[in-house]
Amino acid sequence: MNATDVKVKKMTMIEGVRDAMRLMLKENDDVLILGEDVGINGGVFRATEGLYEEFGEDRVIDTPLAESGIIGNSIGLAVNGFRPIAEIQFLGFIYPAFNQLMTHATRLRQRSMGRYTVPLVVRAPYGAGVRAPEIHSDSVEGLFTQMPGIKVVVPSNAYDAKGLLIASLEDPDPVIFLEPLRCYRSSRTEVPDEKYYVDIGKASVLKEGEDISVFTWGAMVMDTMKAVKELEEKRNISCEVIDLRTLYPLDKEAIASSVQKTGRAAIVHEAPATGGVSNDVLSVINDTSFLYLRSPIERVTGFDTPVPVYSLEQEYLPSSAKIQAAIEKAIDF
Amino acid sequence: MIDQFPMQQVINGDGALVDETYKSEITIEKAKELYEYMLRARMLDKKCVNLQRQGRIGTYVQYEGQEAAQIGSAVALEQGDWMFPTYRDHAATLTFGHSMRNLLLNWLGRYEGNVPPEGVNIFPPGIPIASQLLHATGAAWAEKKRGTDRVSIVYFGDGATSEGDFHEALNFGSVFNTPTVFFNQNNGYAISVPMEKQMKSKTIAQKGLGYNIPSVRIDGNDVFAVYFTTKKAVERARAGEGPTLIEAVTWRYGAHTTADDASKYRDQSESEKRRKTADPLLRIERYLKSQSAWEQSWLKEREEAITEEIESTIKEMEAYPDPEFAHMFDHVFDTPTWTIQEQVNDHLAIKRRQSQ
Repeated sequence: MNATDVKVKKMTMIEGVRDAMRLMLKENDDVLILGEDVGINGGVFRATEGLYEEFGEDRVIDTPLAESGIIGNSIGLAVNGFRPIAEIQFLGFIYPAFNQLMTHATRLRQRSMGRYTVPLVVRAPYGAGVRAPEIHSDSVEGLFTQMPGIKVVVPSNAYDAKGLLIASLEDPDPVIFLEPLRCYRSSRTEVPDEKYYVDIGKASVLKEGEDISVFTWGAMVMDTMKAVKELEEKRNISCEVIDLRTLYPLDKEAIASSVQKTGRAAIVHEAPATGGVSNDVLSVINDTSFLYLRSPIERVTGFDTPVPVYSLEQEYLPSSAKIQAAIEKAIDF
Repeated sequence: MIDQFPMQQVINGDGALVDETYKSEITIEKAKELYEYMLRARMLDKKCVNLQRQGRIGTYVQYEGQEAAQIGSAVALEQGDWMFPTYRDHAATLTFGHSMRNLLLNWLGRYEGNVPPEGVNIFPPGIPIASQLLHATGAAWAEKKRGTDRVSIVYFGDGATSEGDFHEALNFGSVFNTPTVFFNQNNGYAISVPMEKQMKSKTIAQKGLGYNIPSVRIDGNDVFAVYFTTKKAVERARAGEGPTLIEAVTWRYGAHTTADDASKYRDQSESEKRRKTADPLLRIERYLKSQSAWEQSWLKEREEAITEEIESTIKEMEAYPDPEFAHMFDHVFDTPTWTIQEQVNDHLAIKRRQSQ
């Protein structure tokens, strides 16, 4: 097929997520969706809208309101031949299912020496900035990167969401697929109608630059791009922006080659600083590119506080001013 | 509530048939078959306690006293069904076709202990309490979705019914009508905490009422009561009639594990009393005697055969090749990630340097 034959549509990220699920439900009878309100209601964010009507209640399943039950049953289904997509309504509600993830989903392959495997995708909207009620806005990707045996994926646009979700659904191991709430409808990108993959573990260079590498993911991609644009208009510098897209395993080559080119780095994420994935990015830079550095690595993160109620969430989230200050600090070192 | 769930028996502690319902199915042959399974399990259990005392295996979890509950239920299954055990259910897994050698390797801290023979669907034992119940409903749901008549059975104790996962699993099983047998072994204690501190409920069976799941309370030391009740539950599940909750009332003679001293929290003379009045093996022996079908020579011959099997399996276990450190890395993901690959390489490099 030549490139001009590929049909593309402009989609929001949530449409990209839905498009991937529809495609996989159509292609593979073993794909199921389980979750709260995913059926007739189409999901509280409309991620599964129309899928219940198209594929029926045996494929798009409204479950009881029980997160451990959703993940635990999905493990049983996955081990016994199905490809469940378990939706957790908000990442902040996943904690009751931690035992199922930590002691079963991530370990069954190892415990059984490969006899039992869990090809399970857990989807969860996450992150602050949409004026949601308490607990709905947590950004705890670091809790999952610390779990051996699960991959952690975070798209920031429709194209990546579709390609990464398809790749996740064909991965032989569990994947947690985090969907930044602020990205759901913030922009539209061109998405091919057909099936395609965005590889897990591959970062994306969103903007090339010479003076500093800025690593980010999720909703912070938008803020970082905006901050960089503003800064570049003010000063004669050029920044490289990289959307990591997968937080475990990190794209070591992409991180190293960018830092070795620019000699400076900043990492931006909205999760709390301590235990945040920025520390792993920092380790990769240390291990691969220490002698290329011209200044200390800057981090712009959330605070070591619970994500606050929404009246304070703009204070919590890394601002454009903070991102710009960090980049300038590295460059002016 | 206890009146609504009386403890059903088929053969009482004295070996007398007290329920005629299944009389025609209680043959001498079947009684001997079940007895032999229980004898094998008991002899293995006693041997394992000795091996632990001798330092030849690690901490061991004994099940002596619970053989009827585990074996009566396991023999009610067919190959292709799914078993979800806890760490105390190796009498059930052994009877359902697990490899005795691998079960022994489990007590040497080996992953092989979690791997059943091909074609035998036994999950690695659930360690965090009650978490395996949800896998049992999920796996059974998968069978139902594919239109097979396979079922799952899941074992759990009295303490497990306090966990959220127990309630979530009963609810999922009920809502989706999964072909699951929830098999509770109520041995009265969760390590040291007795049932009356664990719950106000007088029975476990009554907890099924809240989920509209048919529930039954039986004498878990009566292998025939367990067998027939489980068989009925399995048949219901196969016929698409959904889950059943079985409360098998039993007693562990020993402590929670070889690392624990039961005399600290309960009167161990109770165990001695029960050995004489309610023992699963003794009551079948008494029943067979009442039918003039007990032969001491048969017992001796069976004991010798089982001893030989156990001794040769222990030799096999002790001669088994040492674990490879690769076992730790090989099965985390289908294909190791770069971080794991680097860690393997670094680990190997240091080991090579040390051995030089």
